[in-house]
Amino acid sequence: MEKSIQEIEHHYDEMNIVCERPATLLDARMHYCPGCGHGVAHRIIMEVVDELGIQEQTVGVAPVGCSVFAYHYMNIDMQEAAHGRATAVATGIKRCYPDKYVFTYQGDGDLAAIGTAETIHSVNRGENMLIVFINNAIYGMTGGQMAPTTLINQKTSTTPYGRQQEVMGNPLKITEMLAMLPGAFYVTRQAVNTPVNVRRAKKAILNGFNWQKLNKGTCFVEIVSNCPTNWGMKPVESNKWLEENLLPFFPLGDIKVPSKEDIEHA
Amino acid sequence: MGELRLMKGNEAMAEAAIRAGMDAYFGYPITPQSEVLEYLTREAYNRTQCAILQAESEVASINMVYGAAGAGARVMTSSSSPGISLMQEGISYIAGAELPCLLVNINRGGPGLGTIQPSQGDYFQSVKGGGHGDYRLIVLAPATVQEMADFVQDGWDLADKYRNPVLILADGALGQMMEKVELREQLDRSKRPIPAWATTGKTRNREHNVITSLFIQPEEMEQVNLRLQEKYKLIEQNEIRVQEINTDDADFIIVAYGLSARIGRKVMELLRGEGHKVGLIRPITLWPYPSETIAKAAEHVKGFLSLEMNAGQMVEDVRLAVNGRCPVGHYGRMGGIIPSPEEVVDVIKDMYSKINH
Ligand SMILES: Cc1ncc(C[n+]2csc(CCOP(=O)(O)OP(=O)(O)O)c2C)c(N)n1
Repeated sequence: MEKSIQEIEHHYDEMNIVCERPATLLDARMHYCPGCGHGVAHRIIMEVVDELGIQEQTVGVAPVGCSVFAYHYMNIDMQEAAHGRATAVATGIKRCYPDKYVFTYQGDGDLAAIGTAETIHSVNRGENMLIVFINNAIYGMTGGQMAPTTLINQKTSTTPYGRQQEVMGNPLKITEMLAMLPGAFYVTRQAVNTPVNVRRAKKAILNGFNWQKLNKGTCFVEIVSNCPTNWGMKPVESNKWLEENLLPFFPLGDIKVPSKEDIEHA
Repeated sequence: MGELRLMKGNEAMAEAAIRAGMDAYFGYPITPQSEVLEYLTREAYNRTQCAILQAESEVASINMVYGAAGAGARVMTSSSSPGISLMQEGISYIAGAELPCLLVNINRGGPGLGTIQPSQGDYFQSVKGGGHGDYRLIVLAPATVQEMADFVQDGWDLADKYRNPVLILADGALGQMMEKVELREQLDRSKRPIPAWATTGKTRNREHNVITSLFIQPEEMEQVNLRLQEKYKLIEQNEIRVQEINTDDADFIIVAYGLSARIGRKVMELLRGEGHKVGLIRPITLWPYPSETIAKAAEHVKGFLSLEMNAGQMVEDVRLAVNGRCPVGHYGRMGGIIPSPEEVVDVIKDMYSKINH
């Protein structure tokens, strides 16, 4: 008897799994817009949690922003935080449980505008946590207003004629600023716009989790991402725009790397 | 009998916090309560290895409290009026996520930067909801250094019982004055059970724990609110604390809390000395408010005076309880001035003459 397509596919799935959902990523339909980088970023974080086998020791903090519902997808203990306060909340957790893996997952508005003070001081104290910073150069959740990382001349709903430097100042390279702080152990800028970049970003996140064990300071992973909806572009177009506009201003790569001696015991 | 010491109110609170098995304290200096953080940085870690951290702001402190409370820690912060104002968003989140924790406001005079002198100008903010949304704090109002110490452990126990933030509302004078205090035994931090809902890492045998105050569907948000209101009703039924002095035969009652209650007591004694049957009702919980006690007294007295170090805040709750049955006056000094018993005696005599007229 001939097999139905479904049966064949099922069989195929079982026998030759090429790619599957990480066990710690819940089987839920994500609310993110088509083409948005948040979904990929979630996935690689949870792949790392799986691979390190640290689900039981990990606590995540997701503040207000598009990813406020990260706990609908990440099957780990999580706290939702007020807008901008993720690293303070994470500090509260980590100070009480120094042996847990604690990470925050924050947008650019959250981390680099309303929460700038918390960000700088958490990194300056060298809180042993991983900060994942999703920089999409816009406020996604509230409908596309200017972010601290919005480029000069970039149009948003609150810079309808493009960001004017004289009025709105300059896009903030907070990642470079943070790298200057002695409390920062590892600072890197990644992206998830191409398969190669996704792999690199995942490696950075793996480092960020792994090096928490060393108790040597904050690991900070910026992920330059897109926002097709609020940029008013199709997903593919948005990745092209990201490459041609965001990456020249926010160049990818490590900004601060630990020395060999520092990571010897990891 | 526990250990006896002569201590400042602020230091007594800090010492009581260590002994109550505090896991973490996060705070930012502000007069007149900086001794709490100073005492804890000096004493706490060495004795119980708890976490003590001077945060970069009150906004950060309250959110650190949120994180620690969400992870099941016995946690507190303390501040004074402007700092407490800065915390209000965080307090609302804590109430919404139903996290137990202890907050302390050593009230100073306002508005604005105001003065560092004692005040009760934060009554509204404390009991009517200083932050956004329909929530309640359990508010304890100590009148002595002994109570400053006792309410620390009591406050945490209440917070744990109801998964609700508890606020100790005192003032700069109580924080700074020295009195004899009997300290409780040291509790063992490791013996306190960590609540099952806390984010301590998802284990195989349970679902993941989530701390949030976000319920985006209105139907769900309403259900959460209804559940909170049920909880608040239960607290109102079970947790009212009030002290009554000479109310049985009284024909006039002073209502006052905290430092004002100490003045009120002196006023009562002076007037009793002159043959006036004056009593005192001292609300110890400002929320839940002892409305019943006041309503009962309203059946047999001719008048009330709400004595406060503000422009007239608690008097609104006294009037609601009295519900028009007799006159309710207010007397208060502001800006950090503590009323003298003599000036209050005159106010009450004046009220007597009007009532009897
Ligand atoms: C105190 C406060 N102010 C403003 C807001 C509204 N708000 C919610 S998310 C957001 C910005 C989100 O942008 P970002 O942090 O960059 O994250 P994204 O949504 O782009 O992922 C703002 C302004 C809020 N929730 N709380």
